[in-house]
Amino acid sequence: MDLSYTDEELAFRDEVRAFMRDELPKEMSDKIRLGEELGKEGQEKWHAILNSKGWLAPNWPKKFGGAEWNAVQRHIFEEEAAAHHAPRIVPFGLSMLAPVLQKFGSKEQQDYWLPRLLEGKDWWCQGYSEPGAGSDLASLKTRAVRDGDHYIVNGQKTWTTLGQHANMIFCLVRTDPDVKQQEGISFLLIDMNTPGIEVRPIILLDGTHEVNEVFFDDVKVPVENLVGEENKGWTYAKYLLTHERTNIAGVGFSQAGLNTVKRIARAEMAGGKPLMANPHFAARVAQVEIDLKAMATSNLRIISKAAAGGAPGVEASMLKVKGTIIRQEINDLARRAVGPYAMPFASEAIEGSNEALPDPHEAGPVAAQYFNNRKLSIFGGSNEIQRGIIAKVMMGGGQ
Amino acid sequence: MNFDLTEERQMLQDSLRRYLRDKYSTATRNEILESAAGMSTDVWAQLAELGVIGALFTEEQGGFGGAGFDIAVVFEELGRAGVVEPFMDSALIGGRILAACDKSDLVEEMIGGGLQLAVAHGEPTSRYDLSHVRTSVDGGKLNGRKAVVMNAEMADHLIVSARTSGDVADEAGISLYLVAKDAPGLTIQGYPLLAGGRAAEVTLDGVEGELLSEDGFAVLSDVIALATTAQCAETLGAMDTATRLTNDYLGTRKQFGRPIGTFQALAHRMADMLIEMEQARSAVINAAGNLNEETRIRDLNISAAKNLLGRAGRLIAEEAIQMHGGIAMTQEYELAHIAKRITMADHRFGDTDHHLERFIALSAA
Ligand SMILES: Cc1cc2nc3c(=O)[nH]c(=O)nc-3n(C[C@H](O)[C@H](O)[C@H](O)COP(=O)(O)OP(=O)(O)OC[C@H]3O[C@@H](n4cnc5c(N)ncnc54)[C@H](O)[C@@H]3O)c2cc1C
Ligand SMILES: Cc1cc2nc3c(=O)[nH]c(=O)nc-3n(C[C@H](O)[C@H](O)[C@H](O)COP(=O)(O)OP(=O)(O)OC[C@H]3O[C@@H](n4cnc5c(N)ncnc54)[C@H](O)[C@@H]3O)c2cc1C
Repeated sequence: MDLSYTDEELAFRDEVRAFMRDELPKEMSDKIRLGEELGKEGQEKWHAILNSKGWLAPNWPKKFGGAEWNAVQRHIFEEEAAAHHAPRIVPFGLSMLAPVLQKFGSKEQQDYWLPRLLEGKDWWCQGYSEPGAGSDLASLKTRAVRDGDHYIVNGQKTWTTLGQHANMIFCLVRTDPDVKQQEGISFLLIDMNTPGIEVRPIILLDGTHEVNEVFFDDVKVPVENLVGEENKGWTYAKYLLTHERTNIAGVGFSQAGLNTVKRIARAEMAGGKPLMANPHFAARVAQVEIDLKAMATSNLRIISKAAAGGAPGVEASMLKVKGTIIRQEINDLARRAVGPYAMPFASEAIEGSNEALPDPHEAGPVAAQYFNNRKLSIFGGSNEIQRGIIAKVMMGGGQ
Repeated sequence: MNFDLTEERQMLQDSLRRYLRDKYSTATRNEILESAAGMSTDVWAQLAELGVIGALFTEEQGGFGGAGFDIAVVFEELGRAGVVEPFMDSALIGGRILAACDKSDLVEEMIGGGLQLAVAHGEPTSRYDLSHVRTSVDGGKLNGRKAVVMNAEMADHLIVSARTSGDVADEAGISLYLVAKDAPGLTIQGYPLLAGGRAAEVTLDGVEGELLSEDGFAVLSDVIALATTAQCAETLGAMDTATRLTNDYLGTRKQFGRPIGTFQALAHRMADMLIEMEQARSAVINAAGNLNEETRIRDLNISAAKNLLGRAGRLIAEEAIQMHGGIAMTQEYELAHIAKRITMADHRFGDTDHHLERFIALSAA
């Protein structure tokens, strides 16, 4: 048992730190810290910076141009990135689709799509969910019918994150309606510029445009865009989901969020004293901090097991549930900390207004973030679904 | 013991509920939310005609209600429908301050629906402390900065608190002034609120006002007691809507071939929401029923209610969103608005922790 990093790991951490200090543009980290949107251009710029360092694809094998970091290195990178308020790498292409292509895609697909991903030529989004297929993903209805060397796709996807920026979508489609649900699904790559596709924005409760509905009306998709075998898509989809749940604990985000809460609460006055000195508020912060400390170690325990070759299974579900609860609790504390200034909608509204705060910009968006991050326990397999998985596995099949 | 509403209150509740159900649909409200004014003057006028504002004042004040239960009935219905018009700030807080300061002509105008007010009391550093006033008076002119002033842009007059003596947090030495909206030296910087409606940062630079009261803290603390009770009732109404929407959704949304409400993981949490609803209702009854008791008993019950509503409200808002899944996260869906109102209510008149501490202090007194 040794709770500290090895010398190599420490050296790696220093390297990541130096990189963040020297290469992460300040205007970018400011935006992230203040909860502002980076936009498509900003994301692409950060991807390019990482790519030129060879760090854009930490999880990819070297032979595909990845960094091939082990789980501990990836963890160190994610922690440092969050601590420096670096943008999150948009995961859909790089960390979700790519592993599927690397494992199940054809040589042609790998040769064509993987380099384009690194070069930032495509923006991918994930077309899994449908209005009637949320938690029950296998009930999806979007149809793809083979017609010569094309599939004709009809149906609707929803909750498509950042679909408004994407030129490509990877979709689960039904290719055989007459077999058991899971057995008639295929995995298709679809060009968003194909005629018959319409993207409509969904505005979330905090006013952001983050997700979309995507409609398919007789959309022609070349058969070479089928990944793996027809009707075997569920296997690939499940493989992808295990990658969707990486970094799900979000320790780095929580730590950064907790620091923000403390910064605000040291500046905010309540009853003539800093809010951080208020015993009730301090107790709430301490409880979360205690939970976070333990979770950081749980995370490392699971990571070191994974680095040694063990596959994280049910542990990923545990991290997802606890990690999202902690992050949401921190969002709640941040909104409480700013008191009545939680109420304005737009962060710019209170620009320069709360003299007591070191950076009123930082206080502005916290309530909106609290609402936005309700999503954490809903998407990527809701917390109820994760608990179901944990119970099922731990209880040996019964529920 | 009788927990039924009087006949008059029952009628008021029925007519208000009917009006809001027919005329204040989600679509209508979403339009109002998007509008530059952030409120509908039509809705205001029609509700005034229904007697909604009159119910907030006693007969002596020119109204026909004014007791805790009158106020609770009105605000519960407003909360149930997620009404964003400023009945709290303009009519109840503003109006009752004017009534306490014997401005009967203005109160009459208010009851008729022809007046809009804003109360500029909180300051950037005051948080939830009612006695925290830094705004000063110098040669009869007001100077200072007021924070998150609800309804400031639509108001005909602002009621402004200012310090005439004492230290920043002293209860003594706070006076109230009536300031015309177009008074020279008054700057209003408006913005929308997350849960609907609009507020503003208000700057006073040598502004002239008419003195309303030299005993501002006493006036304010009585009126804020009413307002906090009203806020609890409003939140109760909103919680009821969130609970009903969730209950309906659990019965209709199907996943894995069955209504999701048949999963015990959700059914039991629905049961908890219903239990908390009953707790919240009782807490509001305690607050409203003790409004005329001596100050300590009154405030003890109000703090108990505000703390409980804060906790139960958070549970209900968060559980309602979670059990709806993605759909609850969309701006146009009814629940999103209702959940935001429930949550933001915690940021008014003192949050859960603030009232926990006040309850402890009052219990020890
Ligand atoms: C902001 C956001 C971004 C998203 N991005 C994407 C994206 O990019 N691509 C994509 O494909 N999807 C995306 N999603 C969709 C997301 O994966 C789904 O919202 C999620 O799977 C839940 O489905 P649902 O919303 O239909 O809820 P439902 O499945 O209807 O669930 C409603 C409630 O019932 C519970 N429930 C359902 N089944 C059970 C059960 N068996 N036992 C106990 N409880 C149950 C759920 O946990 C939830 O609380 C996103 C969602 C959001 C909110
Ligand atoms: C101090 C005490 C005094 C008592 N006095 C009396 C008495 O005077 N007369 C008398 O007749 N009995 C009495 N009882 C018995 C009492 O009614 C039973 O303990 C009770 O009905 C639960 O039964 P059980 O203990 O067998 O638990 P079980 O029924 O085996 O339940 C075990 C657990 O499973 C849960 N569970 C069971 N079914 C479900 C379900 N469908 N869904 C979800 N959860 C479920 C239970 O809630 C519990 O948590 C007493 C018990 C105690 C502890």
